[in-house]
Amino acid sequence: MSEVTGTTWTVYDANSMTQAEIYGHVLCELGDQHPDIVGLSADLSKSSKIGLFGDKFPERFFNVGIAEQNLFGIAAGLAKAGFTPFVSTMAAFVSMRACEQVRTDICYQNLNCKIIATHGGISFGTAGSTHNAQEDIAIMRSFPNMTVIVPADGIETANAVRACIDYPGPVYIRVGRGFEPTWYKSEDYGFKIGEAVTISDGTDITLICAGVTVLQAAEAAKALVREDLSVRVLNIHTIKPIDEAAIMKAVVDTRRIITIEEHTVIGGLGSAVADVIASSGKGCAFEKLGLQDEFSLVGYPEDLYAHYKLDTNGIIDKVREVMGRDFEEDEDWEDEV
Amino acid sequence: MNRRAKMALSEQEKRKLEEIAENTRKDIVSITEWAGGAHIGGALSMVEILVILYHHYLDIDPSDPEKPDRDRFILSKGHGGVGFASVLARKGYFDFDLLKTFNQFKSAFGMHLDASKVKGVDVSTGSLGHGLSMGVGLALGARLRKESWKIYCLLGDGECNEGSIWEAAMSASHFKVTNMITIVDRNRLMMDGGTEEIMGLEPFADKWKAFGFIVRNVDGHSFKELAEAIDFAHNQNEAPVVIIANTIKGRGVDYMEDEVKWHYGSMNSTLSEQARKSIETMSR
Repeated sequence: MSEVTGTTWTVYDANSMTQAEIYGHVLCELGDQHPDIVGLSADLSKSSKIGLFGDKFPERFFNVGIAEQNLFGIAAGLAKAGFTPFVSTMAAFVSMRACEQVRTDICYQNLNCKIIATHGGISFGTAGSTHNAQEDIAIMRSFPNMTVIVPADGIETANAVRACIDYPGPVYIRVGRGFEPTWYKSEDYGFKIGEAVTISDGTDITLICAGVTVLQAAEAAKALVREDLSVRVLNIHTIKPIDEAAIMKAVVDTRRIITIEEHTVIGGLGSAVADVIASSGKGCAFEKLGLQDEFSLVGYPEDLYAHYKLDTNGIIDKVREVMGRDFEEDEDWEDEV
Repeated sequence: MNRRAKMALSEQEKRKLEEIAENTRKDIVSITEWAGGAHIGGALSMVEILVILYHHYLDIDPSDPEKPDRDRFILSKGHGGVGFASVLARKGYFDFDLLKTFNQFKSAFGMHLDASKVKGVDVSTGSLGHGLSMGVGLALGARLRKESWKIYCLLGDGECNEGSIWEAAMSASHFKVTNMITIVDRNRLMMDGGTEEIMGLEPFADKWKAFGFIVRNVDGHSFKELAEAIDFAHNQNEAPVVIIANTIKGRGVDYMEDEVKWHYGSMNSTLSEQARKSIETMSR
């Protein structure tokens, strides 16, 4: 069987904007329309691109230096004063160093802080585990009042940033390092917080993905057509509140689900999907691709994604494995459906 | 008009505040009894601070708790809830009798007052070390809006073990948020023992100075000294001010004063009667 290479990772074309830059520009646009928006950073305004907002609105931008707990406490105070703070730093530091401030100052008081967490997952692979956020989705979705979004690419990030202005309460938007290729061609595909996007329809198996894995899954689905497989791909960009209807439709229509996340398999997208399936009482084949409860190796993300089977080849392998299993025909299935 | 122009304390005003303080202490004893137990030592040590703020300085309106240009108060040492609740109730934010439900199932009142449930509470606190950062955020917000309302942030001294307090302090001086006035209830005790025995804060004033604050050391039970320090703070534009209010934990109740074990305690009718007698005879 010939190896499918799918989309290879390349350093982003200098003419195109990276994921982080797109959101930086969108925030500047929104800053014009919404005088209540303020920006905050913890000495990472260049790499997180919130610095673009800072350049345009210096009086509305606050850099607190390397002090993430203070960053979120100050954001909470600004929200209390009636502003809409956009706070950006690396996902690892949002979710762990400032975990309590996010939960207790922001979520508990249900404040209108919008968090752009960068370098999510293992996207900063060369920096190693100290800078990886592989448990941030699990942590954030456990907080009441928190909305959790993992956009597929820069275009979806722009949509998410625009959408969260009018979406009340705390929002966590998790992006990569900023050099990820785009999946979407334009912003007009009907992005709505809480609504999964069907990337491609199918009947044999469903790939549920978010973030960088969306492009990988989409490519895998295309390649698998050659093996006579009809693969549904669901972009569940909003992990919380999750689109239960889309998940259950996939369960009923395809009876095989593989989730793919740049995150530990404990507590993230896969677990959120499993919660829905288990509560429904309906059975299906279910597998989670992600970090299997391990810290990541060092490497550039393209090598790491291949190693941890989060890329097109890894997904194809998993699909073949699941399709190759003896599928226990449950006689009662028709009754359940 | 500078609304803070006539802040110097007259004798009459001072006596009025002392009377309110005495009643506040008695309230704390009652509420602790209703609650089944409370952080009574630290509630009693901060009485004068709360009373002077709520009855002499804060530009607030209990009938309009959300008014946008009000002064803000952050009880960063959130476990002082029973003391805070008394002051808010007597100021007219809610009916004092509601405090009889303190700690009961579904009550609006628990150990740490919740801003979404209790009128008059600006910021929910409880986990130590959070209040000063939120104060800096509020102060930056007021300045951005070009509004003149002030932020008062009351810290515990043990709370100053928390690194997050010092992150906030560093940024308060870096951003020159002189519209925030920080007060430390320096009662020198924490839960396991004295502050200097557990995790030494001294030289405490020097630490604040090193972080860019102007420091005022006062007797935290003297309305005159507190007023002078707060008036001084209102006139500072170069650096934020911290008022180290030297206090006695359990102040007012003789058997509690300066006692580690009264960090948290409960009342019965004997203890509360003794406490009230002691409060009435408390030296000024």
